[in-house]
Amino acid sequence: MKFSVTVTLKKDVLDPQGKVVQTTLKNLGFAELRSVRQGKFFEVEVDELDQRKAEIKIKEMCEKLLVNLIIEDYKIVKI
Amino acid sequence: MKSSVIVFPGSNCDRDIAVALEKMQFKNQMIWHKETTLPKSDLIVIPGGFSYGDYLRSGAIAGKSSIINEVIKAANSGCLILGICNGFQILTETGLLKGTLLRNKNLKFINKDVYIKVMNTASRFTSKYQNNQILKINIAHNEGNYFTDKKHREELQKENLIAFKYCDESGNISQNSNPNGALDNIAGIFNLKKNILGMMPHPERMVDKFISNDDGVNLFSSLIN
Repeated sequence: MKFSVTVTLKKDVLDPQGKVVQTTLKNLGFAELRSVRQGKFFEVEVDELDQRKAEIKIKEMCEKLLVNLIIEDYKIVKI
Repeated sequence: MKSSVIVFPGSNCDRDIAVALEKMQFKNQMIWHKETTLPKSDLIVIPGGFSYGDYLRSGAIAGKSSIINEVIKAANSGCLILGICNGFQILTETGLLKGTLLRNKNLKFINKDVYIKVMNTASRFTSKYQNNQILKINIAHNEGNYFTDKKHREELQKENLIAFKYCDESGNISQNSNPNGALDNIAGIFNLKKNILGMMPHPERMVDKFISNDDGVNLFSSLIN
């Protein structure tokens, strides 16, 4: 079973990389652009047939290693 | 006094700290990260560098390595732990120190000598310094922008756990003297028991007047006392 894990910086944490990307897109003429936040993406595959159990395991992986909970949020989606 | 320096793949300040410790009369041993036991040590140093190429987050992979469990055990039984630069990042990833080190505000790797102020001399790491003493110490990092939550920020102030703050030559602490965007100009912090110090500046690079200065010497002489 495969899942996507998206990790993003929390709202109140400054994201200087996202800011630079945002400014560059603006400079490229995307006037409608409101904001950009940069994050990380993981594709995680597990040997587990029960989706609920698999999600619990992935959550554990996130909290133990993939995510720094002080500054980051995450979202798990089955793919 | 016995010291151990933990070496990870990608550590690159391990030799410098070993030279500094030996110069200050420590009996030092280098400990490869795959070891599962630590020799009896009065001080454990996690050196600077780029452990595991800064994969995932700086310090994240080293923070889960097998030797780190031993470091955590030693820390909990009161052993002195010093984390410099990447070592500070690793200590935050293990949870031994709270908060985290974000990418520098200007997105640039900064390598220069900066001024820091000694904020608390009531510790095993800083007792030989004067309160508010200004030190000139080298920094070399890409992720030195200290950040923590509101509760811990208050605890740092209330319990006097800030060891060093970035300042200018005359000791002013302001945004102009903040090289990396760190919260409250924080350059180094203690844990609550003050047996752990994490700092971004490199005191081991400042132990010889002929190559830099000796502003880092008192950190080591505080420890050996």
